[in-house]
Amino acid sequence: MSGDLVIEAKGLTKNYGRAAAVDHISFTVDRGEIFGLLGPNGAGKTTTILMLLGLTDISDGEVSVLGFNPAREPLSVKRRVGYLPDTVGFYDQLTAADNLRYTARLIGFKANEREKRIMNALDRVGLFEFADKRVGTFSRGMRQRLGLAEILMKGAQVAILDEPTSGLDPHATAELLGVIRTFKAEGVSVLLSSHLLDRVQSVCDRVALFSGGHIALMGSVPDLGRQVLGGGYVVDIEADGAGLAERLALIPGVSGVETTGIGKVRLHADRDVRPEAAAEVVAMHGRLKYLGVQEPSLEAIYTRYFEARPDEVMKEGTRHAA
Amino acid sequence: MRREGSAFQGLGVVMLKELSDHLTSVRMRVLEWLVVLVALAALYGAIQQIKDTTAEDPFLFLRLFTTSRDPLPSFVSFLSFLVPLMAIGLGFDSVNSEHNRRTLSRILAQPIYRDALLFGKFLAGLVTLSISLITLWLLVIGLGLLLIGVPPGAEEIARSFVFLVVTIIYAGVWLALALLFSILFRSAATAALVTLGIWLFFTFIWPVLAGAVAQIIVPPDPRYAALGLQTPGTAVLEQILARLSPSTLFAETVVALLDPTTRALGPIYLSQLQGAVLGSPLPLGESVLIAWPQIVGMIASAIVLFVIGYVVFQRQEVRA
Repeated sequence: MSGDLVIEAKGLTKNYGRAAAVDHISFTVDRGEIFGLLGPNGAGKTTTILMLLGLTDISDGEVSVLGFNPAREPLSVKRRVGYLPDTVGFYDQLTAADNLRYTARLIGFKANEREKRIMNALDRVGLFEFADKRVGTFSRGMRQRLGLAEILMKGAQVAILDEPTSGLDPHATAELLGVIRTFKAEGVSVLLSSHLLDRVQSVCDRVALFSGGHIALMGSVPDLGRQVLGGGYVVDIEADGAGLAERLALIPGVSGVETTGIGKVRLHADRDVRPEAAAEVVAMHGRLKYLGVQEPSLEAIYTRYFEARPDEVMKEGTRHAA
Repeated sequence: MRREGSAFQGLGVVMLKELSDHLTSVRMRVLEWLVVLVALAALYGAIQQIKDTTAEDPFLFLRLFTTSRDPLPSFVSFLSFLVPLMAIGLGFDSVNSEHNRRTLSRILAQPIYRDALLFGKFLAGLVTLSISLITLWLLVIGLGLLLIGVPPGAEEIARSFVFLVVTIIYAGVWLALALLFSILFRSAATAALVTLGIWLFFTFIWPVLAGAVAQIIVPPDPRYAALGLQTPGTAVLEQILARLSPSTLFAETVVALLDPTTRALGPIYLSQLQGAVLGSPLPLGESVLIAWPQIVGMIASAIVLFVIGYVVFQRQEVRA
């Protein structure tokens, strides 16, 4: 095992009765990496996370978290890994600081260290002035941030976040993703699950697309884009000028030209042909209004991938949501 | 395969947190006042009755617990009624509320085992009940001293102390039952209703039903009936059945402990009474010995109920 792998799963399987919720999945997470588990509800993301934490039995396969086996050494794993469950809950009648104090006692921090860690953590997620407010009065975004504060307080080497952004408004989501990025900056590995593809795309180094208990695709978002969307670049141009489409088609590397509207042309190419396209438009004295390359989006990858395999999507539809 | 570390890591932390939750909760305050007020009313009735009919009674102090004056039942009957209610009130939502507040997975992701969480919750409930019952016990003894003016003997104090311990054990049985249902049912309301239903069944319906069932299995002999006596076989079976209920066990234990003249619980034959000086009190040790099977039965049922809950909880999925 390489020293830089914090999570290593091989053939991980979880059966409920005869149905497999997670079916022989393998993946690794490097130190300081943000790894996304993406997929629809019920695809096995939460089950995978619970197996990593030793909170549910593993039916088959091997998993190692920071070199420990979660099934045999759950305390060692849980001492080093922070977990933010899907819609995290706190004791509403207690204050934010008291909630963290309880966790800190469970972890076993000494009294003076406890207070320092709690206040630091609350400060980092922007809840310092709410330390003595009851959690019952907190909004959903504040609860999620308090959950992150708990992981910060714990000094976790790995943060496992289950649907951290679900149900949050855009502002709260941005704040939360900001905190998650600071984890990476400190060398903390992050494993996060989500069914919201576009938001997760912005923070993840690598993603694994889950479908029906399998990992359908894994890799960085641009890699997946090339793999699934055919490796081509799509460049949109909006410009005036007669015979534009014909001239653009002559650019080396362009494999296809579509006219998508009046003065609008879409180029399919095997590389980024924006500079050449701009030069062409200028050379024919056209007025360039828009020039853009379509970044491969997870949404597009996901849709395209499952369009190609409708049977897998069907199978998923019958699976109940987590 | 051995688990790493101790199952009790974090036990103290969980217990203290639960204890402070209990002691500051509105529910606990209501239950405490209910118990104290009702008990005081019963005690007042008992003292009036004792004052009216004072005779040469060597165990006057113990009468405080068992004497009743219409329309109020005795202190002991009140207690046997309210202690389960208190225990159920403390336990019915202990595990399912963690599920419903979605705190369970977060807490279990800390370096503790589920054992610590469950033990901690049970112990916190038991300690809370003990605190209330000890307070009540001291209150009764103090009021008894003030209002009767006769100091209790060592024997009486010892007996009432054993009675206190037995009451705590009895509370433990119902606490374990409430905890079990709080694990089995996700909805706190369902858990509360089912636990209360079982308590009602065992306390009020089962004693009646036990007689009926016994008569069906062992029909009464008409010869005994003609003499106006119960058929021995039926009576024995009825008692065995009735003792399945913790309420019966508690009631029998209390009789043996608080009435020193009790020589046996259940039917006795005349031959067994040969040579006995009727009405003479037994020493405490002998009384405890008479009720020992009942006491052990209560401890055992608390343990069995807890273990069932423990096993279910260990296998339960933590996800909401």
